[in-house]
Amino acid sequence: MSWAAADGEELLGLAGVTCGYGREAVLVDVDLAVHRGEFVGIVGPSGAGKTTALRVLAGSMRVARGSVTRRPGLRMAYVPQVETINWSFPVTVRECVLMARVNGRRLPWASRAERAQVAAVLEQLDIGDLADRHIRELSGGQQQRVFIARALLGEPELLLMDEPTSGVDVRLRHEILHLLDHLNAGGLAIVLSTHDLNGIAAHLPRVVCLNRSVIGDGVPHDILTTDVLERTYGASMEVLVHGGMPVVLDSFRRHPPHPHPHPHADADPDAEAHVHSEAHP
Amino acid sequence: MIGELLRPFEFEFFRNGLIVATMAGALCGAIGVYVVLKGMSYIGHGLSHAIFGGFAASSLLGINYLLGAGVWGVVSALMINAVTRRRVIGSDAAIGVITTASFALGLALFALFGTGGRSFDAALFGSILGVGLDDVVAIFVVSTLAAVLIFLRYRALLFTTFDPEVADVAGVNTARMDALLMVVLAASILATMQVLGVTLIAAALVIPAAVARMLTNSFARMLQLATGIGAVCGFVGMNLSYHLDVQSGPTIVLVAATLFAAVFVVTGATGRRRAAAIAAPAQ
Repeated sequence: MSWAAADGEELLGLAGVTCGYGREAVLVDVDLAVHRGEFVGIVGPSGAGKTTALRVLAGSMRVARGSVTRRPGLRMAYVPQVETINWSFPVTVRECVLMARVNGRRLPWASRAERAQVAAVLEQLDIGDLADRHIRELSGGQQQRVFIARALLGEPELLLMDEPTSGVDVRLRHEILHLLDHLNAGGLAIVLSTHDLNGIAAHLPRVVCLNRSVIGDGVPHDILTTDVLERTYGASMEVLVHGGMPVVLDSFRRHPPHPHPHPHADADPDAEAHVHSEAHP
Repeated sequence: MIGELLRPFEFEFFRNGLIVATMAGALCGAIGVYVVLKGMSYIGHGLSHAIFGGFAASSLLGINYLLGAGVWGVVSALMINAVTRRRVIGSDAAIGVITTASFALGLALFALFGTGGRSFDAALFGSILGVGLDDVVAIFVVSTLAAVLIFLRYRALLFTTFDPEVADVAGVNTARMDALLMVVLAASILATMQVLGVTLIAAALVIPAAVARMLTNSFARMLQLATGIGAVCGFVGMNLSYHLDVQSGPTIVLVAATLFAAVFVVTGATGRRRAAAIAAPAQ
């Protein structure tokens, strides 16, 4: 995959940010800057504060300490986790995508220009024939594309995505990753959170390991190391290099070590499958 | 037969009642779409009970009940909205305390000091007889305000109802949208109380929206259908109320419930799936 390189202009930055819900701090002293054209993956265990970090970046959550700076006039869009969507809500694909145009025209119905823009963005994402379908009547990949389409209709410079590949199979994960790669190559900066170290994070140009604080921040080869991952996840992990990319293996063992263990006997099944698929693409 | 059906139109009180019932049905139908989709049905039910306290207090103090109960209702609505948004304590418990305490206060005031000339039954169950010109003006004003709000803030209200967090990021003032919706809900309950009664308003909010949901997957069409269904139920219910000599609130609600049952049967599995989705919105 070819990832666009950042040109240096800072779009958004967190400096010493501490925040949480009630009195409990979820993020502590977090520094993070996002530049034009970057593609950043935030990884960490459940409860590490990944979604909270995205909310702070998006401006939907106040910080208790520290500062959030945004380039004036920055256009951002947020794609929530699909699990948080009310799929029973009565809304068609066209109505859903058109929500992005909330700050322009006041009239309820779409103008001719807006209809054309919605049709164009749906075509761009290969869901042009689904405009009148209800959002629940779509496949997982199509549903994800609808919310990406809604985000793109606002012509953002920065796209924030919460777990875009949560609960999807390998083929759909690749499909989403290729789509995001394509959008990033067009100049769109993307920050996403993910649990998927091998399927997503290892492919990105920049990974941020988060567990309440930033444990590591840089290119995957430098960041996805045994030391950083153990400090991030609080569990031991092995890191192999395969095809020039780091591959993370969960080194949990239920039984005492076998005298002649299979190289991947104790690996997380998903990680193992991924290693296999990388070896035989 | 036709002459018998048209006879009540000779009476001014009936014409007023019919106008108010039809507009009340349409108003509750439209607002009910947001109430149902935001999972606020309990709030609508509770708020109507809270307003009863203001109704009782204004009757005793000799204040115009639209004004007295209106202030009471708006304050209650904003309190409920604040509690719900801040999640300081369980919102269901807080709403239960605020609204039932207000309702109980209304009952106690009526028991201690009398009803001050207003009909206790009419407030609880609605009555065609008590509908005056001020009720017609009130429903007209509230309906116009609600229509203007929905028309001009349609996109922001839809975004806030469907996906408040992303709407917030997109620049929608979701707190203001929620507060506006609560104020319009309180005003709608107040303006429709005379014909529907506080105990039955929740049904007028929920049933047309539920029927409309079974018929469509589009938000715009649901809003149009619920408004039309509410108006038809109000019109038919008020006519039946006169001819059957039953209070207007129960009659209108029974017409709506009958329509719900018919649509539930006709739409089959599709309607049932959609109706079930209304009952359990995603959190």
